[in-house]
Amino acid sequence: MTALVFLLMYAGMLVFLIGCIRRVLQYSRTPLHLRWELYPVAHEEPERLRHGGSYFEESEWWKKDQHSNLSGELSFMIPEMLFLRGLWEFNRKLWYRSFPFHFGLYLLIGAAILSGLGAILGGFAFGAALFAIARLFAWSGLALTTVGGAALFWRRLTDPELRNYTGLGDLLNVGAFALACALVIFGKLAFGMVSMGTFARALLTFDTSVKLPVMVAAGLMLGSAIVGYIPYTHMAHFVAKYFTYHAVRWDDTPNNAKIAAKVAEYLTYRPTWLAPHIGGDGVKTWADVATTNPTATPEVHK
Amino acid sequence: MKDVDIRDISRRNPEPLVLPQLNELKPLPAQLGGGEGPAFTPLSAQTIEKCECGLDGTCALNLPKPKSREEEEVLVNKFLAGVEKLFTKENNWTFLQPLLLTMESCTRCQTCSDSCHIYEASGRNEMYRPTFRTEILRRIYFKHVKQGGMLSRFQHGDIELNWPMVARLAELAYRCNLCRRCAQTCPIGADNALVAHELRKIFSMEMGIAAKEIHENGSMKQLKTGSSTGMNPAAVKDNIEFIDEEMSEKTGIETHTPWDVEGAEYLVLHNAGEILAWPENPGAFATILNAAGVSWTMSSELVGYDSINYGLWYDDAQFARVALKHVGAAKNLKVKKILLGECGHAHKALSVIADRLMGELNMPRVSSMSVLRDIVMSGKLDLDPSRNNFPVTLHDPCNMVRLMGVVEPQREILRLIAPQFREMEPHGVNNYCCGGGSGFAIMSPNNFSDWRFQISGRKKLEQVLTAFGDCLDPAIPKYVCAPCSNCKGQMRDLFAYWNLWDKHQILYGGLVELIVNAMTNVKPGFVEWAWH
Repeated sequence: MTALVFLLMYAGMLVFLIGCIRRVLQYSRTPLHLRWELYPVAHEEPERLRHGGSYFEESEWWKKDQHSNLSGELSFMIPEMLFLRGLWEFNRKLWYRSFPFHFGLYLLIGAAILSGLGAILGGFAFGAALFAIARLFAWSGLALTTVGGAALFWRRLTDPELRNYTGLGDLLNVGAFALACALVIFGKLAFGMVSMGTFARALLTFDTSVKLPVMVAAGLMLGSAIVGYIPYTHMAHFVAKYFTYHAVRWDDTPNNAKIAAKVAEYLTYRPTWLAPHIGGDGVKTWADVATTNPTATPEVHK
Repeated sequence: MKDVDIRDISRRNPEPLVLPQLNELKPLPAQLGGGEGPAFTPLSAQTIEKCECGLDGTCALNLPKPKSREEEEVLVNKFLAGVEKLFTKENNWTFLQPLLLTMESCTRCQTCSDSCHIYEASGRNEMYRPTFRTEILRRIYFKHVKQGGMLSRFQHGDIELNWPMVARLAELAYRCNLCRRCAQTCPIGADNALVAHELRKIFSMEMGIAAKEIHENGSMKQLKTGSSTGMNPAAVKDNIEFIDEEMSEKTGIETHTPWDVEGAEYLVLHNAGEILAWPENPGAFATILNAAGVSWTMSSELVGYDSINYGLWYDDAQFARVALKHVGAAKNLKVKKILLGECGHAHKALSVIADRLMGELNMPRVSSMSVLRDIVMSGKLDLDPSRNNFPVTLHDPCNMVRLMGVVEPQREILRLIAPQFREMEPHGVNNYCCGGGSGFAIMSPNNFSDWRFQISGRKKLEQVLTAFGDCLDPAIPKYVCAPCSNCKGQMRDLFAYWNLWDKHQILYGGLVELIVNAMTNVKPGFVEWAWH
């Protein structure tokens, strides 16, 4: 059983990583799109950022270097990533459910990293300290994820506003997290288990002699399965979020030689849009289409 | 009535899915007595018989009903082909990445819903939720484009693809102002307004279906005659000459608009609608630029005198064609920069969206807000703010403000020249659309106007009345400064519908009119307190 749990944990992590990398590649390989920014843009200079302004507020904006403002970006992104600032601001009711869920997951990730480090650096004095912190993170992470996941599950199940937007998959997503964490909590409390340090060392060395209560094993297997499943669902929004902010909302880079070269390539693509005013026949390029006046031909729209 | 299910979109019953009821809409502002407004004009029997009207009791597209199931099938297949093309880089490199991100990452949490003025004004009608049309496209995407099987249906849900669904979706793509306020509130960065934009593209670019006002009488007419107003180069020069004469008489300052001046500092691009509907606006621009000693010109080249670019709202090809004509006209005149007049969508179209299409034609495009701010602050004009001593509030055109970041210049001017300037709430990048965005301001087929005055414009109506809450007495004239031609078009119609001029003496107009009104060498009373 322990061997199966360990194998599933490794497999879950591996599938998770492959899925995430696949997503990153998918989005990063799509062509550079037309600008579609949305203000405020967090890397604008602080004075303009306060009111959401852009460099277009200057009448000779092209003569100045593009401004970068790392602290502006960080002061937006850190509260957003850690504390779900957007939900706090625009959907408080959901924040009370979603924040514990997400923060619980962060704590579990922290616990995994710390206990892994502790296992590797076990011979050093601070190894024990790492395990102590990891234990704290793990318990609070498990509790928060269980509570948050259950609250999200219940909201999905009962909120009439979400009726049109909730399928079985959505219920599974949050429900499985809550159930997995609850199983680990209750399994550990009811039946006891080896210490975190022992477990982490066993996992790293694939020491299957460690005994796991059935409930804990079930929780870990379910958790591993759902971790592997994440990148193949909209739960991978943490990957998308990098692109939606940095490549869309905040991408205000003015045209330059690098951009022009990319777009020049896209203009050689051959669209197949069939409306008469476009007549994409797979031969004409985008450059041809953009420089054709459809009213100059007898064929008109509709 | 509001309890519409996503799958209802495919219902074969020709009755509208929802019929917004007056008593279900958000109550009217207290300043108008609260309660309900005038009844909706019903669709004519002829429209109902001939056109697809199965969405919500109004009809923006006049989409003809297919004559047979076979014809329906052909149209459905065309639509599906369009959806597939939308997700290929060859056909949609322009917006593929943001579209994919929205399709695959939205958690459907509905955080965006309450930010939408249409959803709010409709009394939270399910069908007007920003996510409603997105959910339909998402299900089609996962089922037909990604060829998802059982697991996909488990994850994303299912939908029946048939002609009633396609016809309703075409109309539903025209129930969004594309203001992107919803996108601003999405913690993930999903963009449901983009989905409405992309849906419009499928209908126009693959199926040849678009709102007549923005395609046939819009971008097509512009490419043919030079302007969506139908003005050819000779007509526009005549009209501007007339405006110059009127302005000279009205201001007491000789006004002259230069044409086709090679090497000028600025090519000024006005929305041609201004020339016909609000001639005092281009006239005021001429007065200010001349008084400030600016080197400028207008172009009489085809399309070079009308800044509109309706392709921005529905069609990438039409968008690119018009944008290239604009910048081409500027290049031909060898001007140094393009100055965009008071038109929000023209600002965003040429400055932001077309930026990466410019290639060798790339040249600076400048907002009139910034240039006017520099002129006003430079002291080149002698201004007397007391001439504008009446309540003024500012409407933020979405395209210019939330979507381009031109927020402060117009405020700096107003703080200087309008002693009773007050903000609407919310304002700046958090503003609400006027309700005429994405082409609605020029769209009035059937009873669509009722929809835009009762629903899409209701939030702006509330904002305007609240901003003037302390001075609603009709003895006090009030001015809504809306530096955007389409927003002014919506306000003209919205204010007339709700009778704001007679009840409260609320006028609307541009920014340049207020500047000229404050110029001490101009005859007093440039702003005419009369409803046109």
